[in-house]
Amino acid sequence: MSGLKVRGLEKSFGGLTVAQDIHLDLPPGSRTALIGPNGAGKTTFSNLITGILTPGAGEITLDGQDLRALNESQRVKAGVAKTFQITTLFRDLTVRQNLRLAQQERDGRGRAWFRRADSWAEAEDEIDAQLAAFRLKDMSDKRVDDLAYGQQRLVEMAMTLMLKPRVLILDEPAAGVPSSDSHLITDAIEALPEDLAVLIIEHDMKLVFRVARSIIVLVNGAILTQGTPDDIAANQQVRDLYLGGRHHG
Amino acid sequence: MTDTTITPKRTGRIAGIPFLGEAILIALVLAAYFLFPYNLAFLTRILIMVLLVLSLDLVLGFAGIATLGQAAMYGTGAYAAGLFAVHVTGAPLPGLVVGALAGAVLAFISGLVLMRARGLTLIMLTIAVASICHEIANKARDVTGGADGLRGIRMEPVLGLFEFDFIGKTAYWYVFVVVFVVFLLLKRLANAPLGLSLKGLHESPERMAAIGAPVYRRLVLAYTLGGGIAGVAGALAAQVTQLVSLEVYSFNLSAEALIMLILGGTGRLYGAIIGTVIFMTVHHVAAAADPFNWLFLIGLMVLGVVFFLPKGLAHLPTALTRLVRGRT
Ligand SMILES: Nc1ncnc2c1ncn2[C@@H]1O[C@H](COP(=O)(O)OP(=O)(O)OP(=O)(O)O)[C@@H](O)[C@H]1O
Ligand SMILES: [Mg+2]
Repeated sequence: MSGLKVRGLEKSFGGLTVAQDIHLDLPPGSRTALIGPNGAGKTTFSNLITGILTPGAGEITLDGQDLRALNESQRVKAGVAKTFQITTLFRDLTVRQNLRLAQQERDGRGRAWFRRADSWAEAEDEIDAQLAAFRLKDMSDKRVDDLAYGQQRLVEMAMTLMLKPRVLILDEPAAGVPSSDSHLITDAIEALPEDLAVLIIEHDMKLVFRVARSIIVLVNGAILTQGTPDDIAANQQVRDLYLGGRHHG
Repeated sequence: MTDTTITPKRTGRIAGIPFLGEAILIALVLAAYFLFPYNLAFLTRILIMVLLVLSLDLVLGFAGIATLGQAAMYGTGAYAAGLFAVHVTGAPLPGLVVGALAGAVLAFISGLVLMRARGLTLIMLTIAVASICHEIANKARDVTGGADGLRGIRMEPVLGLFEFDFIGKTAYWYVFVVVFVVFLLLKRLANAPLGLSLKGLHESPERMAAIGAPVYRRLVLAYTLGGGIAGVAGALAAQVTQLVSLEVYSFNLSAEALIMLILGGTGRLYGAIIGTVIFMTVHHVAAAADPFNWLFLIGLMVLGVVFFLPKGLAHLPTALTRLVRGRT
């Protein structure tokens, strides 16, 4: 029973149902895209998994462990990590410090107070390697706020991966990134560790069809259909409802 | 550019030279001692205030916890140390420990509730805690002396060696050593993982939670540490003035500490020192010259800093260098 398993997930805001009987399996190594029109409930789904929101009903387990009893930070420790739809970073800190913060929490030394934060030599080497992998080496001592948006997205991904998650949720990783830089994001996604389970929420179909091995289409909080990229590309319902094929009628 | 090794910034290090800041501090404290031998009581008050503002810097400048109630912990430290001196022993160092514990315990217990709140609600709650303490101290006349203040504090010599004299020489050095030690410890903390994580809480609690940090518990920890330091400041005040009045809980004290911190610059330890020294000196001099309008001068200074040096006076050298180098 390995990987993330979601059964009968429900959520509503007042009268608005944003998650309706959602079932999903995300075994290690999966590359699943979650697509759907604006307001379909994609970010809400991600928030339910990571513990930012509490579901009305349903089960969420990771390798058989019930996640519902865990709060947000405990779920990170259990292995679920996410990047935000709107870049959420420590903007006044340097790129290196951003990565270091994630690392020191992962290693459980966030409360150490007597030793310098940069005095763990192995840890610093690991940060260097991660910066190199994301081609952020040259800007490691720049404030995040001074970086281009595309680079900030990379910092967020690099930082999230420092947590060594087993399930990674990327909420619109390419949104807001100029097309000249979007290949950086695609490359980074393609270079993710093989055994990591990845759920990509994205509107950019080029990116989705390039990296996803299966696609789930969410409409009004419910799964409309799911399948391989070829299935989805050929699905008339999806074309009509989502891919702008309405006029084919 | 990419080949030059960039030495990481160390919080609290001046011009990158190790211990330059500490050396300057010691030199200034020595100079003040010889230049103003008849103002030692005032200089001692500045040093105590520096400690209170440092505690506020940890809570507000580093961890980003908005508070206007740091006096609650200061006052509780003062009463605890005062009562300890009256009823248990007049030995100063145990009194400091008691003051620190009292401040930390109050901060911890109130923090359990306060750290669930944010923004304006949080500010109002911190003010409320200080007013409640004020009211309790006022009502518990038998213990605290109420509005008359807690009297009868007799201090024994520091470490059994240095007798408190009426000019205040011993008090000055005693307070300086305590403040300096706490400052050094805070400097360690600022550059350690904990310091970084407090800055993280300040910058983005959402991101802190998303990297698995227990945000609430970390905030309570920061508030408790800050409370302990404020408690030490209160204890020092009680010991050297040998009096604790209800004023220790006044809203004014919390507010002035905040102004001093903003003046000097939040999130940088030297800012707390610079802001406090300037505020209290201006207050002292201007209030003597014109007892009614000195606040006006302070107001002007704060305005000037907020507009021209939003990061505080501690940022002045950097800002000037930048100006000279042509804004690169
Ligand atoms: N906290 C909230 N309270 C009430 N309604 C909310 C809340 N968060 C989201 N919603 C609503 O729930 C619906 C789903 O929002 P969600 O952000 O999950 O959509 P999405 O699929 O991520 O859309 P997008 O592609 O625009 O990011 C929207 O109608 C939104 O307005
Ligand atoms: Mg969304």
